[in-house]
Amino acid sequence: MRNTFSETLYECAKVDPSIYIVVADISPAGSMMNFREEYPDRFINVGVAEQVMIGMCAGLALKGCRPFAYTIATFTLYRPFEMVRDDLCYQNLPVTVVGMGSGIVYSTLGGTHHTMEDVAIASALPNMQVIAPCDPLEAVEATRYCATQDKGPVYLKLGKAGEPRITENAVDPFEIGKLRYLKKGSDVCILSYGPITNMGLEVADALEADGQSVSLISAHTIKPLDVEGVAKALRDHKRVIVIEENVPHGGLSSRVKEIALDTKASCDLKTFNLKDEFIHFYGSYDGLLDAHGLSVPKILDALR
Amino acid sequence: MDTIERPNTLDTDAARERARRYRHRILEISQQVQALHIGSAFSCTEIVDVIFNGLIRTDRPKDARDRFVMSKGHGCMIQYVILEEMGVLTRKDLDLYCQAGGMLGCHPDYGTPGIEASTGSLGHGLSMALGMAYAGKVQGDGSLVYCVLSDGEVQEGSTWEATMMASSLGVSNLIAFIDNNDFQSLGRTSETHPSFYPVIGKFEAFGWEAVEVNGHDPRAIYEAVVTRKGDKPLLVNCRTTKGKGVSYMENVPIWHYRSPSPEEYAQALSEIEASA
Repeated sequence: MRNTFSETLYECAKVDPSIYIVVADISPAGSMMNFREEYPDRFINVGVAEQVMIGMCAGLALKGCRPFAYTIATFTLYRPFEMVRDDLCYQNLPVTVVGMGSGIVYSTLGGTHHTMEDVAIASALPNMQVIAPCDPLEAVEATRYCATQDKGPVYLKLGKAGEPRITENAVDPFEIGKLRYLKKGSDVCILSYGPITNMGLEVADALEADGQSVSLISAHTIKPLDVEGVAKALRDHKRVIVIEENVPHGGLSSRVKEIALDTKASCDLKTFNLKDEFIHFYGSYDGLLDAHGLSVPKILDALR
Repeated sequence: MDTIERPNTLDTDAARERARRYRHRILEISQQVQALHIGSAFSCTEIVDVIFNGLIRTDRPKDARDRFVMSKGHGCMIQYVILEEMGVLTRKDLDLYCQAGGMLGCHPDYGTPGIEASTGSLGHGLSMALGMAYAGKVQGDGSLVYCVLSDGEVQEGSTWEATMMASSLGVSNLIAFIDNNDFQSLGRTSETHPSFYPVIGKFEAFGWEAVEVNGHDPRAIYEAVVTRKGDKPLLVNCRTTKGKGVSYMENVPIWHYRSPSPEEYAQALSEIEASA
């Protein structure tokens, strides 16, 4: 996904000289090398100095540029948080804060390199848009949006590498601010976003094998959330499931529960999240997700 | 080395008269509100005046204009009264300072006429000014960016991140001033942070050109900028007095924030006018 992001941004930068990328001492992935070599003035490495990374992005945007701040999610969003809030959100500047390797994908690096609550934190900021593509194809669309939009700041939540393409046969096109049905059914609806949507797809396949008709939705735009779309999904299905790589509070699960309450939804609603705790597990990404209770068998056990 | 156009000229007598006028106007406004960071504004009055009325060039295209970032946002009252005199803000705007229905608060907000960046939380302005200056350098538009910092906010790590980065990027169109009045909320900076001194050597070590001047001498401030070599970012360390111009305010921390009583106001006005 990060290489797809880099390729897409490189393509956008070729035709738009206002695009800058400001990185904080991270190896340029994929086409970012081309970006750096062909547009050295528009590729800035601030080193291990994330506060000036965000502050500079704000200054660039105040001069009419469209900057992207890029490094591992915890260092783009958490370390310079007040700069993100004051410089980008308060001034409502079109800067994309790229959270690469978000969630717990860097499983062996430990909690200092995880963003288990980035969606909750980014979503809490006024003016901030929060977008999390579920596969490389959506990453292309999301990056193109960020490279052309003028509404304000975006937190672009990305995975790392190797995410499968799962949207090639999606029912709906990718549209910012709209839920995207990847599958459409009538019994169960699974809402997810980001790379963990692939787990939602496996759950959907298993439920379908059980004879149920299943919808799978990529809720790639977590903020502003398609509230009407969520309300409709709650109305149209007997059971709604949220699977997200975020702690139980402040993310999509919380929002869906709020909407269910507001709309007096009568469906069965189940949410599957990262636990609200730091887990000291140093194995695979799937293993750490499982330690948080997020695996296909565990979700199916809870549902059956 | 970038080509730096020479800024405007400075009439020193006119600058001193403007400083008197600005302090008088700030005192007037102080009677409308409980607090307005008067000591901080008086401390940097001459610095901000020289920037607006001597250094910023007014004949440039809008996109390539010279810009000013008040990194010590709490000192913005001096910026407001200058913008009022320039006709960018109105008397009514300032009459509604910190009042419901007004648009001017204790810290400057981007979107307000004449304000280039929102500040208030310390340690943000220099990075934003650097981003503006770097964009101007890449775009080759010849613009200059001026930034005023407090000595207190130089304690912020983010200020040093920007300081390192400015020279590393070869930015020479960034000019920063420290309003070095040796005061912060809890006392003298020189007592809490003796290692902060000497200041200019630290900036020189980070690849800046750095000079020190009397921050209440308009000619010295102006000359520090126009005689610079121009191949590096410039730091002007301005020795200033908090509350400058009113005897009972000078170097007394309470005047960082509070407004004078009617009696104190009368005394302050007479002292400011006597200085004319």
